[in-house]
Amino acid sequence: MLLPMSDTIIELRSVSKSFGSLMALKNVELRVERGKFVTLLGPSGCGKTTLLRLLAGFDTPTSGEIFINGRSMASLPPEKRPVNTVFQSYALFPHMTVFDNVAFGPKLKGLGRKEMERQALEALEMVNLVDLAGRRPNQLSGGQQQRVAIARAVVNKPLVLLLDEPLNALDYKLRKAMQIELKQLQRKLGITFIFVTHDQEEALSMSNQVVVMNHGCIEQVGEPREIYESPRNLFVARFVGEINVLDAEVLSSNGGGVLEVALEGRKMKLHKTSNGHKANGWKAFGPGDRVHVLVRPEDLRVYRREDIEPEDASDFFPATVEEAIYKGATVDLIVSLASGGRLSASQFFNEDDDQLEFYRGEQVFLDWVQGWEVVLPHES
Amino acid sequence: MNRVFKFSFMSVVYSFLYLPMIVLIVYSFNNSTYSLGWKGVTLSWYNELFSDFSLWEVALNSLTVAGISATFATALGSMSAVAFYRYSFRGKDFLYGLIYILIMAPEIVMGISFLILFVSLNIPLGFFTLLLAHITFCLPFVVVTVYSRMTGFDRNIIEAAKDLGASEFECFRLVILPLLMPGVVAGWLLSFTLSMDDVIISFFVTGPEFEILPLKIYSLVRMGVKPEINALCTILFGFTLAVVMIAQMLLKEKK
Ligand SMILES: Nc1ncnc2c1ncn2[C@@H]1O[C@H](COP(=O)(O)OP(=O)(O)O)[C@@H](O)[C@H]1O
Ligand SMILES: [Mg+2]
Repeated sequence: MLLPMSDTIIELRSVSKSFGSLMALKNVELRVERGKFVTLLGPSGCGKTTLLRLLAGFDTPTSGEIFINGRSMASLPPEKRPVNTVFQSYALFPHMTVFDNVAFGPKLKGLGRKEMERQALEALEMVNLVDLAGRRPNQLSGGQQQRVAIARAVVNKPLVLLLDEPLNALDYKLRKAMQIELKQLQRKLGITFIFVTHDQEEALSMSNQVVVMNHGCIEQVGEPREIYESPRNLFVARFVGEINVLDAEVLSSNGGGVLEVALEGRKMKLHKTSNGHKANGWKAFGPGDRVHVLVRPEDLRVYRREDIEPEDASDFFPATVEEAIYKGATVDLIVSLASGGRLSASQFFNEDDDQLEFYRGEQVFLDWVQGWEVVLPHES
Repeated sequence: MNRVFKFSFMSVVYSFLYLPMIVLIVYSFNNSTYSLGWKGVTLSWYNELFSDFSLWEVALNSLTVAGISATFATALGSMSAVAFYRYSFRGKDFLYGLIYILIMAPEIVMGISFLILFVSLNIPLGFFTLLLAHITFCLPFVVVTVYSRMTGFDRNIIEAAKDLGASEFECFRLVILPLLMPGVVAGWLLSFTLSMDDVIISFFVTGPEFEILPLKIYSLVRMGVKPEINALCTILFGFTLAVVMIAQMLLKEKK
């Protein structure tokens, strides 16, 4: 494409949706770029399905406006929208064969018989189901039904494909395989995918962009790495992966790169790193402010007493091992700080340190790579 | 022990249920006019039955009423069921409840109400009033049969059809109707049998010049049970059995 019409394929302007007194979506603002794999991530009941249904046109927003490809979707029924949906329940037509399910869209477009069959076969080939074209949906396994649902939707070449927790019903292995297949399919077709999940790992591994939702609001939008490394608030930080939250008080801030805090009875300097996202809100902290310092378990380093020089002990947080859990690739430790706070730390095996044995009750020392922590304003 | 108990319990219940029918069927082949004793097998009662042309005419009346009322009840009932399923409106639960009440209402009450209604509107009793009454009491059964069939399938299916480009009409023709068909046919068959053997309501709403089979049998029985009637009832029973089996089969092949 020489001249892309616009990079924005979906735009939501202050979209709200109420069911009676329940606000399922609250003033949602969102822009999605063409050709991206976007994931809506959030706990059950946060409004993900509601958002998809508004995009598909099954429900209308209580207020606000939705644009797809620059066009307002108000008063445009589902059958006229340039989007297709893969339903959570698959929703295949039980009285039709796999082939007829997939050919349903092309048939309605009034294509010639030949062209219709060609398109349906092409879509079935894409999901490796040509051999099962004559079967009924109830004669297929869950994974196969899933593929039919995908083929039935993409055969129409929508601008946007909406997928509502499509992998939920599949077992672990199949789910992993389908994640890769979906990702490849999206790249090949170049269609914008809006993929709903409540599984953070799935969201981070598949998407170009993650939209984290909670209670009908968007909490943060960003690339997976940005979401994981620079969460904007405690909810996001906790939802996208395990994280340790420490409370601290700001002692001084130089307004630029360095923040001095009191943390677990220690004075500590936190440095703003080159990591651009973290700059957000950094300057706003002043002396006396309470903040959260967040560190991911895999960023915490755990040392034995004999691993550190005794005179450096004050550079570390002393802690006691409460539990050591062997996990194959890692050892997960639960340690308790002097203040009573509990942290979890994942230690990876590597060549020079293959002895990762810790005992319960053992005294250890903790620190983390400077700049890998996240500093957030205090939330009550 | 447990199995023996279950088996004997079930046999008692089922003989209780079906013994009268079996006796009826057996006696319809008994070669004796009055005696209850077994005098050997004969088909003569069936022969007599088929050569009795007045009875044929009455049977035809019954079939006509049943056919027409089942068809009307099915058309109206199916549409109502679709409306109940597709649209949400105020008082929907209440309206659906009213349908159930009609199913539960004592037939004698319905019969008398129809009678009062027709008389007060000055409609002469006969074929037309009978038809109206039959359509009315069959209708709720169709609504319930079709509606329960609909609630059995995934609501997203209809949305999927629209999502793939189907208009409201195409959605109905290509998805809803084919899925509904077994329920519609079952509803029709059910209405047909209900109409065929209704006595109480029909007794109130038909006139002397339009006779139907159940009422005819009733009046014949008052002069004593003749073996021809055993034969006639056996035929009716066999007919009902076939219809019910077809309806069950249709409703069973769900999804
Ligand atoms: N048709 C509806 N009527 C009433 N409440 C609804 C309806 N659909 C969704 N909700 C409510 O809206 C909220 C968001 O639902 P949903 O979008 O399905 O969440 P998610 O898909 O994220 O799990 C939930 O509290 C749910 O109960
Ligand atoms: Mg959902």
